[in-house]
Formats: sequence, structure tokens, C-alpha cells
Amino acid sequence: MSTHHDNLPATAEPAEDRFTNPGFPPHTPRRSDVDERAARRASVQVVTLFTISALASIAFLVAYYAIDPELKGSIIGIGEVNLFHVVLGLTMGLSLLGIGLGAVHWAKTLMPDEESVEERHTMASAQEDRDAVGRQLSHGWRSTHLNRRSALLGSAGGALGLFALPLVVPVLAGLGPRPRGELYTTNWEAGKRLMIDPSGAPIRAADVTQGSVFHVMPDGFVGAAAHELDPQDMMTSKAKDQVILVKLDPAKIKSQKQRDWGYDGIVAYSKVCTHVGCPVALYEQQTHHLLCPCHQSTFDMTDDCKVIFGPAKRPLPQLPITVDDEGYIVAVDGFREPIGPSFWERKRPGILMEDEG
Amino acid sequence: MSTNHVPQGAGHLRAETATAGAATATAPQPGWSPDQGSKDATFPKALVGVDERLGAAKMMRWGLGKVFPDHWSFLLGEIAMYSMIIALITGTFLTLWFVPSMGHVVYDGSYVPLKGVAMSEAYASTLDISFEVKGGLLIRQLHHWSALFFIVGIAVHAARVFFTGAFRKPREINWVIGVVMSLLACIEGFAGYSLPDDLLSGTGIRAMNGFMMSAPVIGTWMTFFVFGGEFPGESIITRLYIAHVLLIPAILVGLFVAHLILIVLPKHTQYPGPGRTNDNVAGFPVMPVYAAKAGGFFFVVFGITALVSALVQINPVWVFGPYDPTQVTAGSQPDFYMWFSDGALRLLPGWLEFELWGTTWSFNIFLGSLLLLPLVWLILGVYPFVEAWITGDKREHHLLQRPRNAPVRTAVGMAAISMYLVLALACINDILAIKLHLSINDLTILFRVLFFVLPVVVFFVVKRLCLSLQRHDRETVLHGWETGRVVRTEEGRFFEVHAPLDEYTRWSLVEYETPRPLGQLDGAPTDEHGVRRPAGPLTGLRNALSSFYYKDSITAVTPSELAAAHHHGEHEALETPEEAARIDQHGAPVSEAPGDDYYTKGLKAGRHS
Repeated sequence: MSTHHDNLPATAEPAEDRFTNPGFPPHTPRRSDVDERAARRASVQVVTLFTISALASIAFLVAYYAIDPELKGSIIGIGEVNLFHVVLGLTMGLSLLGIGLGAVHWAKTLMPDEESVEERHTMASAQEDRDAVGRQLSHGWRSTHLNRRSALLGSAGGALGLFALPLVVPVLAGLGPRPRGELYTTNWEAGKRLMIDPSGAPIRAADVTQGSVFHVMPDGFVGAAAHELDPQDMMTSKAKDQVILVKLDPAKIKSQKQRDWGYDGIVAYSKVCTHVGCPVALYEQQTHHLLCPCHQSTFDMTDDCKVIFGPAKRPLPQLPITVDDEGYIVAVDGFREPIGPSFWERKRPGILMEDEG
Repeated sequence: MSTNHVPQGAGHLRAETATAGAATATAPQPGWSPDQGSKDATFPKALVGVDERLGAAKMMRWGLGKVFPDHWSFLLGEIAMYSMIIALITGTFLTLWFVPSMGHVVYDGSYVPLKGVAMSEAYASTLDISFEVKGGLLIRQLHHWSALFFIVGIAVHAARVFFTGAFRKPREINWVIGVVMSLLACIEGFAGYSLPDDLLSGTGIRAMNGFMMSAPVIGTWMTFFVFGGEFPGESIITRLYIAHVLLIPAILVGLFVAHLILIVLPKHTQYPGPGRTNDNVAGFPVMPVYAAKAGGFFFVVFGITALVSALVQINPVWVFGPYDPTQVTAGSQPDFYMWFSDGALRLLPGWLEFELWGTTWSFNIFLGSLLLLPLVWLILGVYPFVEAWITGDKREHHLLQRPRNAPVRTAVGMAAISMYLVLALACINDILAIKLHLSINDLTILFRVLFFVLPVVVFFVVKRLCLSLQRHDRETVLHGWETGRVVRTEEGRFFEVHAPLDEYTRWSLVEYETPRPLGQLDGAPTDEHGVRRPAGPLTGLRNALSSFYYKDSITAVTPSELAAAHHHGEHEALETPEEAARIDQHGAPVSEAPGDDYYTKGLKAGRHS
């Protein structure tokens, strides 16, 4: 293979010992090319398809005005459907398919079926063109004094590099408020009652039976009180304040901290998954496992909601609770760590709030 | 005549019988003839004015005569193209009613179960499109289905381009454009199905919020800037909307036009076959056949999309209810093109989150979302350049390869697809667990193992399959077709008669060329003075990769091999009829197949040693 050119990769067989291209095989005429009856039949088929399309288009329009949009019906294998929707779709589909199949059938049976051949040309330009462009570029470079006066290039480059900033910076900076303390705080605070969602009723500790599960929101953010809120504040509150409250057999609780932060076996945990923030909504009463339906992170309710399976890393944050004078469950304090998904500054709020001391 | 430089034009390449027929034709043109234009035809008068101003005749002459090769696999890209157009048409329809706002309203439409429920305007207007606008539901379903078909079309089209080597020079840039388009299509789809603000899509946005927060250093800031503050805020739907209806579609359409131009300029690739060379393109001209077929196919795609939209419900947002951050349904899955990313999030273990100098690095999330997507598309984008570097091939390639003739590429591609599928299936692990009565934990662990094991298995199986198919092709060329006709000799022996191939069929089986590993090119690389060139640091890697790709190649049958096989058979027949019968019956034994001579005797260094 000493003859091989830099441009050509070596192949396993020498070029001379190859079969040669036999050229195009002779053309075999189709039935419709040699049999006039077959051609006529094909033509009738094409016309039929186009006719079906036209009729279907008209049927669509008739159905659009004639059929009651609420009309229900049932189709075997599908079940109950909105007939108006189905008829519109079917007629539209037929109208389109009639045209499409007709055109393709026409092309395959009646239009020429002998292939034409075109020659390819390389995409590369001739050397002459490349040389000419080289001279043009050189002319541009020199005739604009760029080769001699470097300040021109530097200042033009600098100006071009900066001109977009006045356009881009206000857009980016205006997109949103920068993060500050929002991720570290919730609406939970000392003495705030835990209210059942959605009714908004307070929970008397004495009434909570073994094994009960409540979905809980802070007082003022659930039930009738929530309607007074700005809707955005309500959504934000739902996204971060949601808590799941469970009464466990105190003997089953493995963590002393969990027992201390709870009340008589009643414990409250943030319901926001520490993975990407879905509500950890599935509680298995037998195993005391909490499962996030989004990515299947599984938390053990009896072991301080530690992760026992799945992609989450951190346990769900616990809300310390106690009871007030009337016997209702209240928060001792807010959450003592950020709830929800991890973020870079999670352990160092100072990075986000340095200017607030 | 070198195979790569068969001169242009059909006439002299065409087999004798056809040329003779064409030359003597004086009678009316037969129906299949490509030029049946009337001799008296003139340029349409109505267009003369246009031509004077725009040079329309020149453009039309160029455009109408353009030839496109015909193959079913070339339709896959058209499916994507047409689905995109359908999505653009139906999407424009939807913008007339959709309200991209998270402002709160109380629903008072005709869908009774949600009457009086508080929801966002985006969700309420989606319900209105589904229930109040006549035909609105059909358009919504057409839009969603066409978007899915768009992405399926892109995927199968990209697979076709990959496995046939159509991405090779000079089409690498068009491959990159296609790769960028496919990423944009997925983002566009995600933005689109997030807009209705129903419970399912809201859960998706909640997860997106979590992905973005996981980005090291900038994650928190980025999330606050994209969402306009804390989750959920009141901006994200409006912002996704403008990305979905303007920014991304504009870029997509721009890239799509560039993609088409870069198909037309170097002319479409074609599959190898008799008469087809690297320097010509055989197919049907735009006027009339290609226009009819391609135009008709648009209507076929649109029609099928309409039928599917009529009969198969998709994304019934009224069933899910409005988004509420405290609620979620079991079995929450994104649309299928995001499965692999969501699946990766389910498989990545929690210990990938760690703390460094008090800062939190959530690689269990970051790796499967913000990093995975660019990474997958980056690998796709650079592949043509990597393969060209490994092969050392700088030539233009306009003839496609059969996947079996590039065994390692095919195997690498299938291995990558198997990894993708494992991730995608991991995204429906909860559904699979329920349907198959398996433990979701076992299933997740199984997928974690499969992600690493399956690609290796698939690689070896596919590579072996390709090599076997190549050997089979060789066998067919050397010994002909099995006819199924069994003959009994006078001595009572049986053998099957093999029919020889005609030269057109044979050409398709022998035309391919087989690169060999770069390390075995010329021994030590030397410069023009014969001085040994020092090998660069990458040379070793390149040689190793080249060896990985091509050491096991099986070469096409050469004329001398075919002659030898025939001669071999006859020779044997003269001396020992049993031997000849055995060869006729089973084909040549593997160890004697001429392709193996290369390797066993090391004659042409087909195998890395």
C-alpha cells in the first residue's frame, strides 16, 4: 500500500482487485405502462381517493354545524367519547389522507418510474476562488489600516464587545429578585397552630388517634382564612409550608430527637421532598414509609424520616410541635433547616444574606 | 475503472439492453420515460414578468429538475419535517385562545366537575379550548400528537442517518444542525406541555425548579431569575410561553431551513446499488414525481395525525385538575422524550450529594438533569468528527453504508440506544412495578445494574450479528443463492443446488470498502526524508480506537476470491466429489472462507494482531 495517498484511508483490499459497478439494471415497465386497462384502473383509483377527500371535507363542515358539541357516544374498544370531536377528527383525517394517498398512488402508478441521474459536484470551491477570497480579505485588512493602526482594532473590538451589555444586563437583572432569605424561611413560627388541610380546623392532640395521618398547613394559610390571602402568597405558602402529621406509637420511634420534637408520638414533617420538591404524598401505614411519587425517594417515618431508598439524600425536616393552653397542636418554632430541594448555599445562608448581617 | 469514479450520467452506465432501447426509440415516449415534455412547450406567459424581475426561470429549471433518491428510510426525516409544520399550524390556532397567565380565576365553564374551582387563567383557558371552542379539542390533540410525532420522527431519522453513515463528510455540519434541532425540539416540547398549568405539568415545573436549584454556584440565582422569585411565582408560565411560541420555534425554523439547504446543496445521499456511484445521484426529479410523492406524504402524515387525534385521547388536563403544590398523583411521568432524564434522576443514588466547604453539591440531581441533557447532545454532535479522526478518512461520502458494513459503529450506536432505553424505562419504574407485580426497589436496582451491563452485552451481540451478516453476504456472493432444490447424485449423495447471483445483486453485496486500523497503515510514520516522525500523544489513543473500530472487519469479496472459490469448487469436484458436494451443501467451511485467509495468513493485515 505504498501508493496510498494521505487523503485516503487504507482499506483492507487493494483498489485494483474490486468488482466494477455493473451500471443501472435495465428498466422493467410497470403493469400500467404496458396495459392500458391497468393504467385506466389506476387512474380511477386516484380519482376515487381525491373524491373521498372532497366528500370528507364537506362532511367536516356539515358535522361542524350539525352535530351538538356535547354529543356523547361510545365506540367499541375506546369507550365513551365526544362524538362531535371524533367525527371532526375522522372527516379531517379522511380529507387529508384522500389527497395524500391519491397523490402518492398517482405518482407510483402513472408518473414516470424511471430514475434520472444527476452528477454531483464537490462542495469545495476552486483554488482560484479561494485565492481571490484570500486577496479580498487581505485587501480589507490592509485598506482599512488594521494592519498598521492597532488602536482601531482594539477600540472597535472593545466597543463591539460591550455594546450588547446595556441591552442584555437590564433584561437579565430584571428577570427576578435575587435570592435572599426566602429559601430558609417558611410561614411556620412559634405558637402557630397546625390546621387540617383543606378544612382549616385546628387539631386537638387528645383527639389524634394512633395511626392517623393529617395533611397540615399553618393557621391563616388554609380554609376560609386562605381566601383573604393574595393568591400568589397562598401558592407560595402551599409550596413550602405543607406538613404531614402522623401519630406513631412512641415505642416505635427510633430517634430521641424525633420524640423530643414531637408530642406524645405525634410528629410533624415537611411534606416537600428533599430531592426536587414534589409533595411526599404516599404514606404506608403498615411500614411507616413515606414515598415520593415523583422519583420514589422513600423516608422512614419511625427513624426521623431518614432516606431508606431512592435518589434523595437528606431526611425530611421535622417541625417541632407542642400543644397550647387549649390542647391544640402548635409549632414550637419554624423549621430549623431549609425545607425542600438542596441548593448550593443551603448550609451557608451568609452567602445569600451577607449584606443583611 | 475505479469504483469511486464511474463517470457521470445514466446513458453509458446503463446496461446495454436499456441503452440500445433508448437510442432507437422514435415511437411515442413510453409511460416511464423521464422526459415527456412537448417539443413546442414554451415558458408560461404569466411568469414572464416574474422571470424578468426575479430570474424565476433559472431557479425553476434548477429546482424542478432536482433529483431526489427514493427509499423508505428517507421518509423518516420527512415525518419530522411535516409534523413540525402541523405543530406550527395548530399551535398558531391555539394561541388565539390560550391565556399565558398565572393570574387566578374561578372556573365557570361547561365542565361541571371543576365548576367553582380556583385555578390559573392558563388552566382555565386550556379548559375553554377543550370544551367551549368548537373543534378546539381536536386542534389541541393534533398539536400534542404532532409534537410527539415530530420528536419520534427526529429520533428515527437521526438513527437512520447515524447507522447508514450519512453524517460523514461533507454532511457533518448538517448533522450538528440536526442535533441542535433535536435538543431544541425536546425543550420546546417540555415548555409546551408545561403551559396548561394542570397538576401534572405543574409537578413537572416543580421538578424543573429542583433541577435548576441543584446547579452548583449559580443554581439558586438562576432559579430565582427564571421563576421571578420563589417557586411557583407568577412568571414561569408567561416566560415558558414566549419561549414556546416565539424564541424556540424561530430558531427551529431557521435551523430547519438551513438543514434543508444543506441537504439540497451537496444533493441527497443514496444507498449503494448498481449504477449508483459516489459521484452521481439517481432518483426522481421534483417535477413531477418527487413533488407528488413528498407533497402527498405531507397529507398522509397530517391525515394520520388527525385520525390519531380523533381517536386517541392525549393529555386530558381536565382530569388532572389545576396545579396545587401540595398535591401529586402517583404515576407522574413527563412526555416520553424527557423520560431518560427523569429516569436518570430516579436511578442516581442520594450519596452523590455532598458538601464542600459548607456548600452543597447535589450531583444526584445535577448529573441527571442539567448536565445529562447537554452531555448527551454534545456526544451526538461530535460523533462525526470523532469517527472521521479515528478512520483517518477525509474523503466525501455520498453513498450510504449498510449498518452491517460498519459493525463497530452500529454496535456502539445500539449500545448507546440501550443505555437510553434503560434510563427511559427507569422513568416508568413505578408503572412497571405495578403492572409486572415487582418490587419497585428491586426494579430500580436492576435498572442501575443494567445501565452499565446492558450496553456491553448489546455491543458484543450487535457487533457479532453484523459480522455474521457480513459473512453471510460473502457466502452468498461466493456460492450463490440457496435454491432449495436438492439433487441426488448417482452415488446416492444429496446436495443443494446454489444459483449464482446476477451482477446487479452481487454489486450491492461487494461494493463496500473496509477501512483498516490506522496503526497498521505503513509501519512507523516517516516524513518525506524517511526520518521517523515522533508519534504525538494522541496517536496512541487514535490507533487504539481505530483498532477497536476496524480490527475485526470483514472485507467484501473480490473478483479473485470469487474466481478462486469457483476454481476451488471445480478442482475439488475433479478429485473428490464428496468434498465438492459438502461445499455445495454447506458452503465453504468457515476456516476456509476466503475472507478468513486474510486473517489466518496475515496477508493483508485485516486484523489487529
